[in-house]
Amino acid sequence: MRISLTINGNPVSEDVDNRTLLADFIRNTLGLTGTHVGCDTSQCGCCVVHLNGEAIKSCTMLAVAANNSEITTIEGLSNSEDLSAMQESFRRNHALQCGYCTPGVIMSAVDLLKNNPKPTEEEVRDALEGNLCRCTGYHNIIKAILDVSKAG
Amino acid sequence: MYAFEYFAPKNLQEATKAFNSFNDSKWLAGGMTLIPSMKLRMNAPSALIDLSSIEQLKGISIKNNILSIGAMTIHADVANSLDVINSLPALASLASGIGDPQVRNRGTIGGSIANNDPAADYPSAILGLKSKIITSKKEIDAGNFFNGFFSTSLDTDELIVKINFQIPESAIYLKFANPVSRYAIVGIFLSKYHDEVRVAVTGAASCVFRVNELEEGLFHDFCSSVVDKTDYGITNLNDDIHANSEYRRYLIKVMIKKAISILQKK
Repeated sequence: MRISLTINGNPVSEDVDNRTLLADFIRNTLGLTGTHVGCDTSQCGCCVVHLNGEAIKSCTMLAVAANNSEITTIEGLSNSEDLSAMQESFRRNHALQCGYCTPGVIMSAVDLLKNNPKPTEEEVRDALEGNLCRCTGYHNIIKAILDVSKAG
Repeated sequence: MYAFEYFAPKNLQEATKAFNSFNDSKWLAGGMTLIPSMKLRMNAPSALIDLSSIEQLKGISIKNNILSIGAMTIHADVANSLDVINSLPALASLASGIGDPQVRNRGTIGGSIANNDPAADYPSAILGLKSKIITSKKEIDAGNFFNGFFSTSLDTDELIVKINFQIPESAIYLKFANPVSRYAIVGIFLSKYHDEVRVAVTGAASCVFRVNELEEGLFHDFCSSVVDKTDYGITNLNDDIHANSEYRRYLIKVMIKKAISILQKK
């Protein structure tokens, strides 16, 4: 099926197999490899992107179901060479080690602050329920998100 | 995942027509169970009929003490709806505890109850409240909807349109969640109406169920000591790697008592 959608502000139109997952479409067809696939079973959250402004797991959605939608990936958070505020805060707080989960965690964090600009630490932890990080132990991730919230 | 045909109809008529033009079609709601099961090749439909473009299936409204929720309404919308929060906060709270934020942005109430996962949250609200399931063919009373393990009384080509909940005087949902999956090891939905008390349990057996013996006693005396005094003889509880049946039996009792004491203080 031919699908048309907007990704990071750019319109694209591509033929896809019905069974192609959105995560694979983003990575393999569009070449945006910032969106990662960790578990492929909707557990780890490495593949989180924003679909029409809401965080979703792109490994558990068909690309054809994203027809006519607007998608933002980690590559779309900043239009310039500079990091976005959340990315910069992750860098400053050493909120990543291997970095594999980071794009998904950041997309979830941005979604959280959009809906709840001043979350408590507990709300931040709840919001990260769907993201697994095997390196950091989460503490610096929480700090990084709270820092952005305080600055905002 | 095996290949399949895909359709995204705009209305119920187109949806039913597309569904019936294949031998082995499936409805696609939020896909939070169906897509993973297709990846594992546990499900291999010849066609998927995606319901996400049918506006008639979405939305929340209240009229005459009935809260109506469209089948394709996502969990996040139920959790954040002021109508739900004000009229039936137990249901908003239940929706806010399903899976994780990303699952709540895709998963739907209709998909959840049509799937009837024995550990899903929503089935306990359907049975624990006076509710009706409005389908493309008929109205089904909550008590006649769930038929057993992953089974409902829906025909294969029948579609849930909306769920109507009669708003109770008070209600509460308590979940003892598996820390990894957030599915209920035991979930209790307790509601009080002027003429009835309902207690529904999810996660504990092969299908959600009501504790009728206890409901009668609690209607006459809404007090946690009734739980100790009543022989409600629950058998055939799940016995698995997450919890054995004795543990679940104990949790049911403790959680019903806790639910009663919280409602008493309201």
